[in-house]
Amino acid sequence: MIDFLSAHAELIITLIKIALLMFIVLTVNAYLTWFERKVVAHMQSRWGPHRVGPHGLMQPLADGLKFLFKEDAMPAGVDKFVYLLAPLLALALALTSIGVIPFGPEPIRLLGHNIWLYIANPSIGLLVLFAITALGVYGVALAGWSSNSKYPLLGGLRSSAQMISYELSLTLSVVGVLLMANSFNLTEIINAQSHPAWGIGILGWNIFSGPFPQILGFFCFYIAAIAETNRVPFDLPEAESELVAGFHTEYSSFKFAMFFIAEYTSMITVSCLCTILFFGGWLSPFPQSWTFTYYLPSLLLVPTALWIIWDGIRYETIWGKLVLPVIGGGLLLVGIALAIPQLQFVNVFIQGPFWLLGKILVFLFVYVWLRGTLPRFRYDQLMAFGWKLLLPVSIANVVLTSFFVLWRSNP
Amino acid sequence: MVPTTYYIVLSAILFGLGVLAFLFKRNIITIFMSIELMLNAVNLAFVAFSQASGKLDGQLFVLFVIIVAAAEAAVGLGIVILIARNRQTLNVERVDLLKL
Amino acid sequence: MTAELLVFFLLAALSVAGAVSLIFQKHPIHSALSLIVVMVALAGLYLLMGAEFVAAVQIIVYGGAIMVLFVFVIMLLNAGLEEHTSESKLAGFPGILLALALMGFVATTLARSAGSFVSSATDGGKIVANLSSTRQLSTMIFKDFVYPFELTSFLILIAILGAIVLAQRES
Repeated sequence: MIDFLSAHAELIITLIKIALLMFIVLTVNAYLTWFERKVVAHMQSRWGPHRVGPHGLMQPLADGLKFLFKEDAMPAGVDKFVYLLAPLLALALALTSIGVIPFGPEPIRLLGHNIWLYIANPSIGLLVLFAITALGVYGVALAGWSSNSKYPLLGGLRSSAQMISYELSLTLSVVGVLLMANSFNLTEIINAQSHPAWGIGILGWNIFSGPFPQILGFFCFYIAAIAETNRVPFDLPEAESELVAGFHTEYSSFKFAMFFIAEYTSMITVSCLCTILFFGGWLSPFPQSWTFTYYLPSLLLVPTALWIIWDGIRYETIWGKLVLPVIGGGLLLVGIALAIPQLQFVNVFIQGPFWLLGKILVFLFVYVWLRGTLPRFRYDQLMAFGWKLLLPVSIANVVLTSFFVLWRSNP
Repeated sequence: MVPTTYYIVLSAILFGLGVLAFLFKRNIITIFMSIELMLNAVNLAFVAFSQASGKLDGQLFVLFVIIVAAAEAAVGLGIVILIARNRQTLNVERVDLLKL
Repeated sequence: MTAELLVFFLLAALSVAGAVSLIFQKHPIHSALSLIVVMVALAGLYLLMGAEFVAAVQIIVYGGAIMVLFVFVIMLLNAGLEEHTSESKLAGFPGILLALALMGFVATTLARSAGSFVSSATDGGKIVANLSSTRQLSTMIFKDFVYPFELTSFLILIAILGAIVLAQRES
């Protein structure tokens, strides 16, 4: 047993990492729904979920149980194999794409093994991600077709047309970043952004750094990525006012949940990609000489924790009075521990993931913000926008960036 | 390393299956798909030769084949839509007149 | 049997199974799905040979664009089950035999030439050490093969025009 473990250490470490990442991603997914409902609710002067658990924190769990125990209805006349394949395909592809994302610069050293914060780090990382995204269309298109019903079919048709159209801009908008980084590897793309002008970290990020700031590229990428994930304002495939629910009208119970999880997972992937490609990944926005920014995590955690404890004591229900102070106390302990000089190495290690996750959260918030603010596009507007505005702008971005990159290398 | 011959044999099998599909299928779209299958088989042979010779030319040809296949699919499917619109059928045997 | 050979046989079996299923499926969507399986398996084989960029392009362009177009057209035309018109069983039998003969002939001819390839590559031909280098591939496209590459862009332009003309409804 021990021999087997030591002989296949890499394999076992990878398997454990996959299990852990799946667990984290699914949990984050669940709480992303809670976050979205809360934020949209507050934008519309409502409270959002607040019945199950303090502040509705157990709502995702209740929803998950509901999905599991609901009746699994299959409409008559469906193509059974494709009908079952579609949600599986959507979920599997969405979860696979997370595995290529690097979450931190340094490995954890444990028992003589370097445990890196990614599952795979292929030299063509970005292309792998695009390949997986490209296959993601099938989940939606096949679900629409196999349901044998008119609204899903229209939803599926719309989504395949939309995703093919926006994939062009999505791919072209990152060419500028690739030209500046000289690599397809995500880690190398981040490292290429670590040489800022005047030592100010934020100026090294691709969106601000020379030779040509990728502001155009970023906007094209983000808009195209929102369209790829079928989110508001591009959620034409599931426009509820016209198509009932689009491609997943005929899906119920856990098969619907699979589409749901796939959508939220691809939101996370897109936020990761935005951060990595344009916003410096795990790099801090401050000058490298400012070592006191290392205490930022604890500086944020301690007041948040105190506020949660205070809020818990004031809470109406007995559950809130019990649970919230415990959560707050835990966070307070972590925050204090990070500031202790003896645990300095933990604090240094956590800097990369801290900035990466912070930026990812910002992009996830923007997703929700857009949903709370923008109305849906009309179908012809969507197509005209993709082909007549987004595509030319991203091509212009490629031309300009290549010109400036060439100019810098031999002026 | 897998011997190059294995790849070549696999490529020939896939090509043959593509030919069979081309002959046996009656739906225009499926016939078109079997052409894509044959192109894929040829691509496999190209990459295998590239690996055997240690040069990148084979991979480059594959890229060109893929570009041509994409252009061909765009025009071909346009023709398929036109046929379906004019004849109300996708069966090749019913598309037997030169005029519309 | 090495791990590499095992992976090869798995992917090869997958691709042949996909191709056979392309023939036997009655519905065009099922045929399209079988072809997608073939293409993904082939991308896996390219990875096995170290052709990373080609593998990625295979999935992005073939899997993500061309086959999506096929599925889209099948959905758009609402193509039903395939109908069989000519019921000539007699013609089918020699057809299969001839196809098998073609397979054997192509396989033997190509395999023989593959042997000569290996021997000619070692005697002084410029051998590229790194077959998975995307950088070298792009250098070749934009230096040695730049005219063919430019020609393909014209080809695509013509294809776009052709598709537009074909799809246009007469007013």
